[in-house]
Amino acid sequence: MAVTSAPPALSELKARAKSIRKGIITSTTTAGSGHPTSSLSGVEIAVALYFGGILRYDPKNPHWPERDRFILSKGHAAPLLYAVLAEAGYFPKDQLATLRKIGSPLEGHPNMRRLAGVEASTGSLGQGLSQGIGHALAARMNRLNYRTFVLMGDGEIDEGQVWEGAMAAKKFQLEDLVAIVDQNGFQQTGPTAEVLDLRPVTQRWEAFGWFAQEINGHDLSEVLAAFQKAAQTKGKPSVIVARTVKGYPIQHLLTKDPNHHGKPLTKEEQDKALAFIDSQP
Amino acid sequence: MKMGKSTREAFGQALAKLGEEIPDIVVIDGDVHNSTRTDFFANKFPDRFFNVGIAESNLVGIAAGLTCAGKRAWLSSFACFIMCNAYDQLRMSVAFPNLDVKVVGTHAGISIGEDGPSQMGIEDVSLACSLPNFTVVVPADEPSMYQAVKALAGIRTPAYLRAGRPNVPLVYEDGCPFTLGKANKLRDGKDVTIIADGLMAAAALEAAEKLAGQGVQARVLDMHTVKPCDDAAILAAARETGRIVVAEEHLLHGGLGSVVAMSAARQHPVPMRFVGLRDTFAESGKPEELLAKYGLTAADIERAALELVTKKAS
Repeated sequence: MAVTSAPPALSELKARAKSIRKGIITSTTTAGSGHPTSSLSGVEIAVALYFGGILRYDPKNPHWPERDRFILSKGHAAPLLYAVLAEAGYFPKDQLATLRKIGSPLEGHPNMRRLAGVEASTGSLGQGLSQGIGHALAARMNRLNYRTFVLMGDGEIDEGQVWEGAMAAKKFQLEDLVAIVDQNGFQQTGPTAEVLDLRPVTQRWEAFGWFAQEINGHDLSEVLAAFQKAAQTKGKPSVIVARTVKGYPIQHLLTKDPNHHGKPLTKEEQDKALAFIDSQP
Repeated sequence: MKMGKSTREAFGQALAKLGEEIPDIVVIDGDVHNSTRTDFFANKFPDRFFNVGIAESNLVGIAAGLTCAGKRAWLSSFACFIMCNAYDQLRMSVAFPNLDVKVVGTHAGISIGEDGPSQMGIEDVSLACSLPNFTVVVPADEPSMYQAVKALAGIRTPAYLRAGRPNVPLVYEDGCPFTLGKANKLRDGKDVTIIADGLMAAAALEAAEKLAGQGVQARVLDMHTVKPCDDAAILAAARETGRIVVAEEHLLHGGLGSVVAMSAARQHPVPMRFVGLRDTFAESGKPEELLAKYGLTAADIERAALELVTKKAS
């Protein structure tokens, strides 16, 4: 029942990534609001999880107790989650056009009560890791071998709760918990290094007792390898600090404002972006 | 009235007993289990108990995750710390997804005494009532706390349960009927109704006794469930006694008084008086000294009732 077949070819994953990127861009432009650039930076991470043989899940049985958990803690990247869930078959892709519209379960930030496949209602930053710890503790108590993945932003880890969670996950030796930091270098009002400089981020996690890896978050092979390495880690939780680019790979279309936070692309920018994505290998 | 245990002690014992009956119950603690008395549960079920350190935000999130994964989480800390420090987490990780997480705030009110205002939960009920999907319960004494724990285990939605530090008089010496959302009539009367919760229920009974000596027959309601409140009991009190005094060990703003006033105003407005903490922090002192200084005694309730009864028009 679970999607656990052998990892597909890189070309197939790249095609998935393209399709998801187009979904992110068109859904936010259609909605007229949303966070496309924050969503685009996390695409390879999500593709590796959902289509690279890492995450066990079943769109026909979304509450399957042994499913792996994916918690999108950076809830403003909801368009990424929705595009991925549609790609995975949780709901028809044409539903992406209802993003942020009244009556649609595709709310501005994820609502677990309205959309199957959404593991947590997020949007107030810093809360996903703690919830992931709860899932991981329950797995141990229930003797289930599912794993829990939590995707955070690099701005999000300003939140103190993240570090409370980091300490607790170490205490409970949650080896089946994997945090991913989508390090796209920006938060709402500017570069993360200027707003609140948390560098060195990877060493910071190590100091909190985690197994930490730093990778290029847009290189699918690197992302897959990091998840595989995390799976072999024993006795401590894992974090993957994924260096990414906000708005990747259409950042060159947004040169006036490389952050482009919380703004959809205009129709014109959208068309250019879609054409550019299609032109990529 | 005979003295009983504190409601925090009763909570701890009830929770440990509940743990026997419901194997899915887990308890999360912010390193205060010997104060909140979740230590009874911890000693009995060490594998189902998690002390996450002094980190209330993370504590609430972990409880939410455990519940999403099929456990039934009860979490506890001091009322002021859990409600004030972790309010966003209660809102987003528990209330919004409507999870079966039970939040227990102990050391509520000013009756904790000497530790002083930093430790006193005086706004917790107001905050809890402002969380959609939450049930809010403030038991009066030891037997009603046992009943409250049992009743809250019977619902699969979030709740806030308030407990106090000191031993309190037994309002329910001979057993306690308990239905969530249904007030208990502790004494009947026709001249005025005193609606109270927590340790003010005992004070209300004492006040009613004094009032009777002056020819004033006071009805006393224990409104243990603040949300949803018992609209029918409030309507009956307004209609049948024409005057209402509300008494609570909480800031007047947003607590039981506000809830009762809104209900009465909507259904059958009558003159009302409010006994509670008046837009102020308290201070260190003996519990009884503090309750007297800040106007939370039977005498304060009695005075408020007499004011209503002797006032002809309002």
